[in-house]
Amino acid sequence: MADTSSRPMIEISGLHKSFGVHKVLTGIDLTVPAGSTCVILGGSGSGKTVMMKHMIGLLKPDEGRVVIDGEDIVPMGPEALEKVRHKFGMVFQAAALFDSMDVYDNVAFPLREHRGLSEEEIRKLVRSKLDLMGLPQSAERKFPADLSGGMRKRVGLARAIVMNPKIVLYDEPTTGLDPITTDYVDEMILAAQRELGITSVVISHDIASAFNIADQIAFLNKGVILEQGPPEQLRSSQHPAVKVFLQTWFGKND
Amino acid sequence: MASENAQNAESQPEQPSVLTRSIEGVGQSVISMVEELGHLITLGVDVVRWGVRRPYRWVNLFFQLDFVGVGSVFIVLLTGLFTGMVFANQSARAFAMFDAQSLVGPTVALVLTRELAPVFSALMVTMRAGSAMCTELGTMRVTEQVDALETMAVNPIQYLLVPRVLAGLFMVPLLTLLFDTSGILGAYAVAVGTQGVSAGTFITRTQQWLDPIDVYEGLIKGAVFGLAVTLVCCFKGFNATGGAKGVGQATTEAMVTSALSIFILDFIVGVLLH
Ligand SMILES: Nc1ncnc2c1ncn2[C@@H]1O[C@H](COP(=O)(O)OP(=O)(O)OP(=O)(O)O)[C@@H](O)[C@H]1O
Ligand SMILES: [Mg+2]
Repeated sequence: MADTSSRPMIEISGLHKSFGVHKVLTGIDLTVPAGSTCVILGGSGSGKTVMMKHMIGLLKPDEGRVVIDGEDIVPMGPEALEKVRHKFGMVFQAAALFDSMDVYDNVAFPLREHRGLSEEEIRKLVRSKLDLMGLPQSAERKFPADLSGGMRKRVGLARAIVMNPKIVLYDEPTTGLDPITTDYVDEMILAAQRELGITSVVISHDIASAFNIADQIAFLNKGVILEQGPPEQLRSSQHPAVKVFLQTWFGKND
Repeated sequence: MASENAQNAESQPEQPSVLTRSIEGVGQSVISMVEELGHLITLGVDVVRWGVRRPYRWVNLFFQLDFVGVGSVFIVLLTGLFTGMVFANQSARAFAMFDAQSLVGPTVALVLTRELAPVFSALMVTMRAGSAMCTELGTMRVTEQVDALETMAVNPIQYLLVPRVLAGLFMVPLLTLLFDTSGILGAYAVAVGTQGVSAGTFITRTQQWLDPIDVYEGLIKGAVFGLAVTLVCCFKGFNATGGAKGVGQATTEAMVTSALSIFILDFIVGVLLH
């Protein structure tokens, strides 16, 4: 497990966000130490994705601070944000692949944009990430519209990590994947953290894998984080909402 | 809308009269139009700002030049040809009443180059390329592909919008020229072929009356319209919300707004140039 006393990579404080009259986040405080994995649990529609989008500046909060690697990104304009985003990779809940490009070009896209690499070097890097995700050579020239949901997800994963970012945000990376691939993706997140010191934030509905990979679990409910801490702490939580949520899984397995 | 208003009137008899409410309605739409114009201009400024910054998106630009320009050649030639033919046919019959058929050539040429060519070319580009731009950008927006670009530190305005708007700016004037050419050829064919105007008269009279200035006026208009319609279509698509339905609605609005802005700008540019 990572040294949780190390400096924070992501620090959110007093975050509020509404869409019109709909209050989605009402005072979020969350700290993710550098090199650790934080899993966010919470019911559907509780605001997990909205919170994650604040971390990378896709959404601006109504109130509050979002500090990434020591810099508050909330007041930043597009140019400054662009610099910060070089530190990030993000896996979108619905993959968000570019549907005008095939699988290979999707994964190669960030490399072509930001690294002056030769096509040969790009080829090697793309292939290695696709291999990691178990995507065969025959999938490279397929377009996103012709892929299965699970394949799309894996291409999204490959694209998010191809630049070896310091921080990876995973919005439900394993939803819709078969159990074997799910384990595989969990392994990959763990390996990324252990071997490369990557900071990961993972939104998950899979409690088993959450307890498997997390240094820290944050439970989001009705716009606030009810409980945040190591998996053991969450498991012994006295919050009724957390208990109910966990019972659905532990109830069956204990 | 109408039935909704009627229902409101029934259930709430204390409400202001239909007249007051319709005036309010008009006022509201004027306000939202002005607001939207403000957003459009802001986006236009952003497009310029990101357009002059590196990296320049040559590949995307050439793709759009091809799509907007080359892809519209056939349809613009065809529209031009028929416009010229119809126009020559009508004006020849009108001029016949005064025994002035020699004026068919210059009349058609002047109106085509100054007005019809830029307006029709821009309309064809709106329908062909503008609608595609709006739906493509709208789909990219609602499926989070625009967000994905941003997370990869690629500015979507620079990557997506600048090439499209530049393509409109460069290609609509060129298409206007093609429209001029095919329109005058069509007029020639009808006037000389069916209306008994002699070829010599048509050509010399047209040359006599048509000034390069008239052609330039058309080109300037083409550039203004090209810029405006691509910007409007990109704006609508880029700000689409609400899934497939939202994209459809954005495209409808883009078509209406683009067409309207062509006619409004045609008047404004015409006044400014004289
Ligand atoms: N752009 C938006 N405009 C308006 N409302 C939004 C927007 N994005 C999210 N919301 C609302 O915010 C709430 C939280 O959405 P969010 O996508 O964060 O949920 P989630 O926790 O990720 O759920 P799930 O597990 O189903 O993905 C929802 O009620 C949603 O309707
Ligand atoms: Mg979500």
